[in-house]
Amino acid sequence: MSLHLRTTQSGRINRSKPLTFTFDGKSYKGFHGDTLASALLANGVHLMGRSFKYHRPRGVVTAGSDEPNALVSVGVGARHTPNLRATQVELYDGLVAKSQNAWPSLSFDIGSINNVLSPLFVAGFYYKTFMWPNIAWKKLYEPIIRRAAGLGTAPTSPDPDHYSTRYAHCDVLVIGAGAAGLSAALAAAESGARVILCDEQAELGGSLLSDLHATIDGKSASEWVAHAVQTLSAKSGMVTLLPRTQAFGYFAQNFVGLVERVTDHLASPDKKLPRDRLWQVRAKEVVIATGAHECPLVFPDNDRPGIMLADAARIFANRYGVRPGGRAVVATAHDSAYQATLDLKAAGVSIERIVDLRHEANGALPNAARAAGIRVDVATAITGSTGSLRVKSARVSKINTDGEEDIPCDLILMCGGWTPSVHLFSQSRGKLKFDAERNVFIPDISVQAERSAGACKGSETLSDAFADGFSAGSDAATKVGFKASLHSVTVSGVHEAKGGFLGAVPHPHDAGRVKAFVDFQNDVTAKDIKLATREGMRSIEHVKRYTTTGMATDQGKLSNMNALAIASQALDKSIPELGLTTFRQPYTPISFGAMANHSRGDLFDPVRRTPTHAWAEKYGAAFEDVGLWKRAWYFPKAGEDMHKSVLRECKTVRETAGIFDASTLGKIEVVGLDAAEFMNLLYTNPWSKLEVGRLRYGVMLNEAGFVMDDGVVGRIAEDRFHVTTTTGGAPRVMNHMEDYLQTEFPHLKVHLTSTTEQWAVVAVQGPKARDIIKPLVKGIDLSNESMPHMSVKLGKICGVPTRLFRMSFTGELGFEVNVPADYGQAVWEAIWAEAQKHNACAYGTETMHVLRAEKGFIIVGQETDGTMTPDDVGLAWTIGKIKPDFVGKRSLTRPDLVKSDRKQLVGLLPLDPKTLLEEGVQIVGKANVPTGTPALGHVTSSYESAVLGRTFALAVVAAGRSRIGETLYVPMPGGDIAVKVTDPVFYDKEGARLNG
Amino acid sequence: MLLIPCPYCGERPELEFRYAGEAHVARPADPMKTTDEEWAEYLYFRSNPKGIHIERWRHISGCARFFNCVRDTVSDKILKTYKAGEPRVDLKQFEKGAN
Amino acid sequence: MVELKVTRRSAFEGLHAIGVSGKVSATPSALATRFSFRGDHEAAQRASKAFGVTLPLALLKAETNGTRTAISLGPDEWLLIAEDGAAQLLADEIEKALGTHFHSLVDISHRNTGFDVSGAEAATFLATGNPLDLHISAFPVGMATRTIFSKAEIVLWRKSADTFHVEIWRSFLPFMWGLLEEAAHEL
Repeated sequence: MSLHLRTTQSGRINRSKPLTFTFDGKSYKGFHGDTLASALLANGVHLMGRSFKYHRPRGVVTAGSDEPNALVSVGVGARHTPNLRATQVELYDGLVAKSQNAWPSLSFDIGSINNVLSPLFVAGFYYKTFMWPNIAWKKLYEPIIRRAAGLGTAPTSPDPDHYSTRYAHCDVLVIGAGAAGLSAALAAAESGARVILCDEQAELGGSLLSDLHATIDGKSASEWVAHAVQTLSAKSGMVTLLPRTQAFGYFAQNFVGLVERVTDHLASPDKKLPRDRLWQVRAKEVVIATGAHECPLVFPDNDRPGIMLADAARIFANRYGVRPGGRAVVATAHDSAYQATLDLKAAGVSIERIVDLRHEANGALPNAARAAGIRVDVATAITGSTGSLRVKSARVSKINTDGEEDIPCDLILMCGGWTPSVHLFSQSRGKLKFDAERNVFIPDISVQAERSAGACKGSETLSDAFADGFSAGSDAATKVGFKASLHSVTVSGVHEAKGGFLGAVPHPHDAGRVKAFVDFQNDVTAKDIKLATREGMRSIEHVKRYTTTGMATDQGKLSNMNALAIASQALDKSIPELGLTTFRQPYTPISFGAMANHSRGDLFDPVRRTPTHAWAEKYGAAFEDVGLWKRAWYFPKAGEDMHKSVLRECKTVRETAGIFDASTLGKIEVVGLDAAEFMNLLYTNPWSKLEVGRLRYGVMLNEAGFVMDDGVVGRIAEDRFHVTTTTGGAPRVMNHMEDYLQTEFPHLKVHLTSTTEQWAVVAVQGPKARDIIKPLVKGIDLSNESMPHMSVKLGKICGVPTRLFRMSFTGELGFEVNVPADYGQAVWEAIWAEAQKHNACAYGTETMHVLRAEKGFIIVGQETDGTMTPDDVGLAWTIGKIKPDFVGKRSLTRPDLVKSDRKQLVGLLPLDPKTLLEEGVQIVGKANVPTGTPALGHVTSSYESAVLGRTFALAVVAAGRSRIGETLYVPMPGGDIAVKVTDPVFYDKEGARLNG
Repeated sequence: MLLIPCPYCGERPELEFRYAGEAHVARPADPMKTTDEEWAEYLYFRSNPKGIHIERWRHISGCARFFNCVRDTVSDKILKTYKAGEPRVDLKQFEKGAN
Repeated sequence: MVELKVTRRSAFEGLHAIGVSGKVSATPSALATRFSFRGDHEAAQRASKAFGVTLPLALLKAETNGTRTAISLGPDEWLLIAEDGAAQLLADEIEKALGTHFHSLVDISHRNTGFDVSGAEAATFLATGNPLDLHISAFPVGMATRTIFSKAEIVLWRKSADTFHVEIWRSFLPFMWGLLEEAAHEL
């Protein structure tokens, strides 16, 4: 660190805590309390980045979150984070920072050739230059542009940090903790309201932290801040103070998104802490106190390192104890730069000249500057600069004259005035108005429960900021219902500051040959904006997109007003006529980590496991995802792949038996006097005559007549049905049923209860199924006579209550054992022990799929796609013929739904019994059809069958049932596959095995 | 995230709710007596206005009730909610200038 | 006949206790009997006598008496929680009290699982996934409601100033527990 660049006393840095850091591999020293930017400046480093398009050397321009130039990457490896503003990066010991967008190095960047070639890179160059030939875009232009442009690089490995979120509620949210924000928070907190106060900076205080002159109720600015923060901290539980917290988005109904940077400022953070925390705040009332942005001046070569905003320089000197240069020229149109100049002079910077665009500068501050012996030239513009990696001189010129003077310097301070930070107000959908006298947009009509206070409202003095703040805080608390008293403070030591200039600074040069930057980060110049208007862009939104002004990571904080003024002049329209581009979230870039927070890895979505999951895991099951569920897919034995395992499982079930976890099936208890009538309306089937103790396969349609779900339904009592649904369809079916019950059929005396997770379900299927469960069952006669296919009995299994279903989804003798879920694994294990005595197996969803397909049973969502009627999939038999109405019935007679060429479910047998069709492939009527021939249908399921000794498939084919026996073709890259159309039931057509 | 005033539970966060389409699209009392055109109208045609829209929501992760909601699709402001089964509200009260 | 002694296996098996000293803890509740009870106010009044707790007629309230709790989740919906093993007895009593009066009683003892979150930071802890205002002024003792925690649906009941009871479907428990474990790290 060059100690000569540090002031002796001032600043909030801790001179007893030196820190070491690196920038582009070189080691530097700074102090605790520094930002990366202030520490680099203290080491004489102004060159901190290269611009986006022309790769021009750039230095720091601001001291805060609006910084467009000093974007750096911080951290190494997967922790490396690109595009951080050096002005916001807090220094810690060992911090590693790198510059971006330069190769091979920041001081010698080959990409800066673009600067020389800049006539090629005018506004809209993207759209013009690289139009043709087409192939060159992909192979040549895009790769080169992508490498040359762009900012930092994204890390390539997973983010090792974690991020968190929380919801918070408060009576009053105060955004910004400067003079206005702190006083608003004090007023609201005193009334007893719940207050959240957030600020993007590491310390609360805002501009008070760099104010060395103000006296507030007899205290210095920093004493007053300390006292205010102490008062607020004392109200723990009622007041939440959030420094390092960016309010990035203002959403509907006072829902405000904040991101708190929790650990970025720490050298070795506790690993348990999140890096960022997303706060989702719902506030009854909001006070916006986000301050104002200082505007740069748009003059030729206004972007060299060493040219910065006047107040930024003041902050570096007063708050961070850094002299940003030795000899400064100040170019301004606003009185506030004079205060900055005086402070820098006091900090030891030699002031060469102040040039003021205004014809007069006679306020208290300009006069104080003159009194301090500083030469002030009014009606004088800055018209250029020299230097390459650091500014060497300022070029000034009396307005409307040709004569220019070069003033040697290493620092140029500029100030075009101040523009209120209305971003959050605008995001809240508040309406802005243009103050033509001061050339600023200020908040006008609120849409949400918020108010602005201080500089963001357009207030110009510190006293006004305090007055606004106290008034806003007390108003907000009063609106919530608290009694708030109105406080005030007496401010002295500050002077009125007025002025401002928007647009391009006049200069005697050919405007087409100079670069006067409007948007530093995106390299948009005054010339580009004029060009855009010449090329026909009339709306400011078009100018923005064509030139990319305001589209960089700083979101136009520095550039918007100047761009608007230049376009306004070029188009000869007033600024309010042109309007303002939309302010969008986020206010400053926030991390993807904060947005995703816990939603990653295992916690991305709930992972639902059945009560027997641990058993299946222990027995080596492979699992598949079905909705949110993990289901056992197959149970491979040693040496088996999926194919072999499934063939074995299928064979075992057909020959002896298998047990299968069906717990994920949706279950709904339909209870009430009108339960059967409700079922009649919601399913195609007739239910009134279903006897208690019997089961029926039910089909549910949506009102459009398409199959939406199916499942077996048991009548447990006259007024009680146990309905099962598909695994994935459970929530949808429940919602569909509730919808009709609550809104269309509210007269029915029925209630619905989801019991999906109440019951664990063990399916026991195969010729030995009865033998397996028999020793475990008590109180139920399992014989065919007492308990035929499609019946349900209540009793006990393994001593616990069961609803025992006799049913089959395999075509074999089968039972489904429903037991309360906490008993699921124990009952499964007991059944497994019995099953082993019969050499039965455990099987998974894949075997279940094959076995049901052999029987031609559909799976909703596999054979159906939301456009299949019951008749299409061979389920017309389920329709209760004499029912006057059910959901979907009317649609079944719509003309489109009774067409003879609708796709119908059929079986397919590839002529080559070893050929396995791919699911989803298209089917055509002839061999060797040309590309583009409409398909007759597609394959919905395709498997190899152990019992058939060959492959087979289910498909939906236009008028499929009339094509049984025909040969159709599946065109594939390797040639057509010939298939024979068959009935969809491949095995045990007469169903004899069910009754075993 | 909107705050939605459930007619049963009061203002609750949008995350607890599910949208359920336009309100007051009553299922014909006897669907079999409708013409194909009338039935298609019921099934598929909705008003989709720019402005005030009466729609159904369900407080699915709350009291689980369906209810009706008057929302301005331009401002996204919810103007009123009321229970399912209650008569359609008169939209005149929401016109500009009305209180 | 094979004689087996089968006991309930808690959905908490395999999950680790969560506790941040002096701030918050999450503790599985004892195994319980649970019913979803549906009906009108008359039905609720009849059930109250059989259940031994007054089913609250006002929405979003919990009434409790010893081991038994009744929570009004909707205008015609109550969650009844009682000691483990009481399902058959309670079902018989309630059905008897209701007779033919329209209602629905469904055993959901195993569908839900429950745990308590208690400690000075309990509300903040739950605010990591629940969007409701859990400040005591907005969510007082005795209030209970169905709501969400991140992507899982829960029932949340404030038993005392710093104790909440959570009911959640069993398969969603590990997800919520995982989120709470992460939240506990940063309290």
